[in-house]
Amino acid sequence: MSEPGVAFEHPDVVLCPGGPMLLRGRHTVEDADGVPHETTRPVTAVCRCERSASFPWCDGTHKVLPPKLRPA
Amino acid sequence: MLTTAPTAVGDDAALALWVLHELHYRGFAGVDDGLEWEPTLLQVRGLLEADLERRLRGRWTPPQGLSFVDDALEWIDGQDGVSLARHVHRDADRDQVLDLLRVRSLYHLKESDPVSWLVPRLGVPAKAALMELQFDEYGNGDPNRLHHHLFATGMAAAGLEPSYDAHVDVVPLEVLEQNNTLSLFGLHRRLRGAALGHLAAFEATSSLPSRRMAEGLKRLDLPPEIIAYYAEHVEADAVHEQLAVRTIAAALLDEEPDLEADLWFGAFTCLDLEDRFARRMLDRWGVGEVAA
Ligand code: FES
Ligand SMILES: [Fe+2]
Ligand SMILES: [Fe+2]
Repeated sequence: MSEPGVAFEHPDVVLCPGGPMLLRGRHTVEDADGVPHETTRPVTAVCRCERSASFPWCDGTHKVLPPKLRPA
Repeated sequence: MLTTAPTAVGDDAALALWVLHELHYRGFAGVDDGLEWEPTLLQVRGLLEADLERRLRGRWTPPQGLSFVDDALEWIDGQDGVSLARHVHRDADRDQVLDLLRVRSLYHLKESDPVSWLVPRLGVPAKAALMELQFDEYGNGDPNRLHHHLFATGMAAAGLEPSYDAHVDVVPLEVLEQNNTLSLFGLHRRLRGAALGHLAAFEATSSLPSRRMAEGLKRLDLPPEIIAYYAEHVEADAVHEQLAVRTIAAALLDEEPDLEADLWFGAFTCLDLEDRFARRMLDRWGVGEVAA
């Protein structure tokens, strides 16, 4: 409930079961080749299944993978 | 005093409701802005809306034993409606794609606006969560990145008139119903659960289809500006679908658990209307069914 004085949870990192990692705020994500990628949105979805065509960002590809290839 | 729905049905009723709803957005050139709150028109709007809502609810059966926050994304994935994006990706010709852009423009040129009605109606966590998503839809403060502006820019580059009432004469009934439903859900505080369920389903059926749209538009040599609109939605909606379910719907249910059924109703209705729209367009182009 919206009680004044109560702190709400608002984590910088959220792991989505079977899908991406959400990152809040500005960050630099370095891919496996050491190339840095800057986030540009208030919240960014970082690919965890490694199959995104927009890697390192999630493009929804995790949804068409068989369950065992989807991130925990 | 009007007590029964006007006798208009089908296209006429849908068009009338669309016109009445538009008075709450940007109105029409040459039409008195005061008509937005004219009691007789509000009454007609109410009767047409009641009829629309009754028909939408009549098509819906609530799923059993599922939790919206935990199960909605998977449930949405499992509803295979007809996919226009698949047709655009591989087979559509240029005229079909331009036809699709014109009819989609009715919504894409005011994308996210019906959802903005909800902001004052939510508790603190749900309101903040919704604004986190909406801020991205509105370009994060940069007008050049605002999604409905990206679509307008893309339309102009493709040689299409980019104002949102320009193509109302060529849209099928299904498009008017999609738009009327968004306005109905947005304008009635009572339907805030349905509006947020609709949002979740809309966002969760966008990333992969937007990729197919972008590829199809490239195949047909459409201008980069319209391709950019779809490319933006590949990444943006991969974020938005997670936010719509895991933060916005979760926060809403935390405060108002009774709205869970309406979240499902809204999500179902979004997919159902899109499926009916997709079938209508394939029919209009003389194309057989394309699986999701
Ligand atoms: S986690 Fe979404 S595409 Fe990899
Ligand atoms: Fe958008
Ligand atoms: Fe979105």
